[in-house]
Amino acid sequence: MSTIVPENDAEIRKQDSICTNETQIQHPSWYNLKYLVVGILFGIVFVKAEIISWFRIQEMFRLQSFHMYGVIGSAVVVGVVSVFLIKKINIKTIYGEQVHFDNTPFNKGQIYGGLLFGFGWAITGACPGPLFAQIGTGATVTVVTLLSAIAGTWVYGLLRNKLPH
Amino acid sequence: MIDWLKQPWPWYVAGPLIGLTVPTLLLIGNKRFGISSSLRHLCAACLPAKIPYFQYDWKKEVWNLFFVFGIFLGGIIAVQLLANPLPVAVNPALAAELKTYGITNYDALIPIEIFNWPALLHPKGLILMVVGGFLVGFGTRYAGGCTSGHAITGLSNLQWTSLVATICFMVGGFIMANLILPLILSL
Repeated sequence: MSTIVPENDAEIRKQDSICTNETQIQHPSWYNLKYLVVGILFGIVFVKAEIISWFRIQEMFRLQSFHMYGVIGSAVVVGVVSVFLIKKINIKTIYGEQVHFDNTPFNKGQIYGGLLFGFGWAITGACPGPLFAQIGTGATVTVVTLLSAIAGTWVYGLLRNKLPH
Repeated sequence: MIDWLKQPWPWYVAGPLIGLTVPTLLLIGNKRFGISSSLRHLCAACLPAKIPYFQYDWKKEVWNLFFVFGIFLGGIIAVQLLANPLPVAVNPALAAELKTYGITNYDALIPIEIFNWPALLHPKGLILMVVGGFLVGFGTRYAGGCTSGHAITGLSNLQWTSLVATICFMVGGFIMANLILPLILSL
């Protein structure tokens, strides 16, 4: 499969400026296995802390349990401190690169899209990460939910220019 | 040790571990923790259909697909080796409400009475899985990120735009779970 890389490649990728790859270093593809390992550990935490549980999400949105607020809140605190330290003492990546941060500019999609995702989150009891983990736990029908999410992403791409941003 | 690992993990163990994913991905390769982008990369790889939004070099983002495949494998490992033998514990108020919709099985982390293959043939199952999934994919891309990209990575970087997105996720969830989902579950 050959992909033609357009000149404005980075610009297109940054249309959602979250999750863009900023490294300039080229590595052999097996280097990606380290992300597989991080993903495995992350998936285990997802299941064992019941973050992938439809019931836990319902409790969260009914204010019936502190669990999910504790998980997200403590994750953010650890994230804030980590990012602060990386910036403050200028910690480099293991390859000696400067760690890069981008700020996301505001657009109305964060409101409209945010609300739509909130609806989907409460219905399916899953954000995108838990969908992958749920399939792993044997809930095979979640494949349908995942394929629908991919379809939703594709339709967004199709309609992007017609939507208010 | 293994017995302890098999119990559901408390939030103060899981939350910090998830938070540590942010610096881990940054420091092992300058990668931003975010999951919903993987769905975009899958579209770009499999069905770009000349849509400008999918015309980019997805191979640069292949790490993200390794990461989500890892999450899938993590799910397998967690149930095979560390499964909790007890039913899922939920708030009694929730259990009482769900009982009115016929949901009484707590063997799995998702209610198997409403999330199963035959249920796809009914309007309720179709809304829960197909429409719900569509909203997750469409909404996260429209918002430019999901719980991981906005609520965790974005807030870690103190981005106010991610706070806006996170508040909207929660508002949408509260509206759906309390006002609309009861109607869907009653179908």
